[in-house]
Amino acid sequence: MDEFLRLCIAGLALGSQYALIVLGFVVIYRATGVVNFAQGGFVVLGAYLAYNAHNTWDLPFALSVIVAMLGGALIGVVVERLILRRMVGQPVFAVIMITIGLYYILEQTVPSIWGPQNLNLGDPWGIQVKSLGDIQVAVKDLWTIALAAVALLAFFALFRYTKIGVAMRATALDQEAALAQGISARRIFAISWGIAGAVAALAGVTQAAGSIQVRPTLGLVALIAFPAMILGGLDSPGGAVLGGIIIGVTQTLTAGYQDDFFPWLGNGFNSVMPYVVMVLILMVRPFGLFGTKEVRRV
Amino acid sequence: MANPSPHLVTTYERDLRLFPSLASKIGVALLVLVWLVLPMNLTDYQLLVLVFAGIAAIGGIGLNLLTGYTGQVSLGHAFFLGVGAYTAAYVGDQHDLPVFVWLPAAALLAGLIGAVIGPFALRLRGQYLGIVTLGLVFLGLHVFENWNSVTGGNTGTSVSGASVDVGPLDFGALEIGGQAFTKEQSYFWLVWGLVGVVALLTKNVVRSRAGRAMQAVRDRDLAAEVVGVSLARTKVGAFAASSALAGLAGALFASFQEAVNPENFTLLVSIQYIAVVIVGGVGTIFGSVLGALLVGPVQRIVETASRSQDLPFVSGDAGGSEGVIAVASLNRMIFGALIIVFLIFEPRGLAAIWLRAKAYFRTWPFSY
Repeated sequence: MDEFLRLCIAGLALGSQYALIVLGFVVIYRATGVVNFAQGGFVVLGAYLAYNAHNTWDLPFALSVIVAMLGGALIGVVVERLILRRMVGQPVFAVIMITIGLYYILEQTVPSIWGPQNLNLGDPWGIQVKSLGDIQVAVKDLWTIALAAVALLAFFALFRYTKIGVAMRATALDQEAALAQGISARRIFAISWGIAGAVAALAGVTQAAGSIQVRPTLGLVALIAFPAMILGGLDSPGGAVLGGIIIGVTQTLTAGYQDDFFPWLGNGFNSVMPYVVMVLILMVRPFGLFGTKEVRRV
Repeated sequence: MANPSPHLVTTYERDLRLFPSLASKIGVALLVLVWLVLPMNLTDYQLLVLVFAGIAAIGGIGLNLLTGYTGQVSLGHAFFLGVGAYTAAYVGDQHDLPVFVWLPAAALLAGLIGAVIGPFALRLRGQYLGIVTLGLVFLGLHVFENWNSVTGGNTGTSVSGASVDVGPLDFGALEIGGQAFTKEQSYFWLVWGLVGVVALLTKNVVRSRAGRAMQAVRDRDLAAEVVGVSLARTKVGAFAASSALAGLAGALFASFQEAVNPENFTLLVSIQYIAVVIVGGVGTIFGSVLGALLVGPVQRIVETASRSQDLPFVSGDAGGSEGVIAVASLNRMIFGALIIVFLIFEPRGLAAIWLRAKAYFRTWPFSY
């Protein structure tokens, strides 16, 4: 039972990491209607920015994370302005492909700047563990869960109580009607990309903290976060978190128990388990658990 | 009355013709001639690059059928290439069956799996489908890495035993009339011959009823359904045909490379095929061939150029320290940049450039 609980908490932390990435997907999807494949590139860039701020510029860790988030936001805004702005009104397929191209460019600039080797982020959590009753929990996991919770609350507050948030919701609902009300869609796009870049940097830091280290392949995690996003529905922040947690817990439970029950599935089946869960759920609910159904007019 | 101009199309029959004018027939004849004599005039290395480009052209035509003509976004092309390649290894190498068995088997099995995936496209739309096919790549990799008895696991498996004897002709090392040819020369004829066959077949598909159904589904699936196009048959058919071509390309790739491992079928490969389709031109058959001829060789050229120290800022191999950027990194960035640049500046690809050039010369000296 302790083992089960331990796996669940580890899964919760993993799910929170996914949730942070998925929040970035959701904010861009809501604004522009496009899945942003470049998110993984922002994740890895954010992690390296935090590394750079903390280790090269000797800033305190918390400040480094904020610097990384600001840097991520800035890169997001620049990328939107230079590339994505030109694609407004183009077919969705084309825009997705642009973000895939961006992913490869962003991801590969990292080893060119910082080199291909793994680097130690130097976070204060390290590999410490805390005992909760009989269960050992990594301090990093607790922080990840807390950070994800804060980010999610900030999202809800932003969307519900601020003028920008309302404008974003209006743009997501109907771009033309929003324009007619005097909302600048351009500003909303830029803000969305900025938020996505910032939250991706935070996700990158939680990824790289502890024993994982900063490495050029960190961006791949965004590809595993896809199932979490699909599961929750592309346009639902709450769904993002729930989807992330479902995927995270399933993954750690698979890793923990697969050898005992289904050894024939092969080594590392937990890394593809998210996709299996995703396909199963999509068969029942083609727009995810909380996604908005597409209305089709003839 | 005689038709006043070959470019004035007045009947559907004329519109559908495979070779609309004498010039296009001459063009095809010239291409066949080039195909016949090119291997005698190029080095083996250049031919090797072209063989890989030809394989990419076959796979690219397959993906274009699905994405360009039917409008179904698929990131799973690498998986079907893998199915074809491992089928070739299993049937051709491990069971020593002739090329008449393993090549069709690779295409058939990949096509069959494609037909099984097809129904997902009925239920899911657009981006959801794209991400499910992305999952297919990862699930496929997991199977390739773990089904040791067939795929050889992480280290991969040899395909060198798969024979390529077509009757008296052994495409592993052709010998005609006492003259021996190298493997690269032989494969050039085999692969580009197949490119021609595949291009002709798919061209015939897309200009027939099935092809019009595909394009109707792409443009507006609901409207297509209303006018009597069966969505199920069209989408599943497109998936099956596209996957079968990917399987064919994968089998040729495996046989030419003589070994395959899971690294050959990662997501990057899917993206390369998407780059082929986008750079060449979405929804054109000959565009895919042009795209393959640009995207495939670029990678090799970058590799060769950096090996011979022509590019001082590139380090020799991944992990090298003397240059700023590793070759593998540079190649990935080039793919990304190719996709972005073409989508922003030339969304209809090389095919559009070619058509514009043709129109310019046809109407010269009048630009309109």
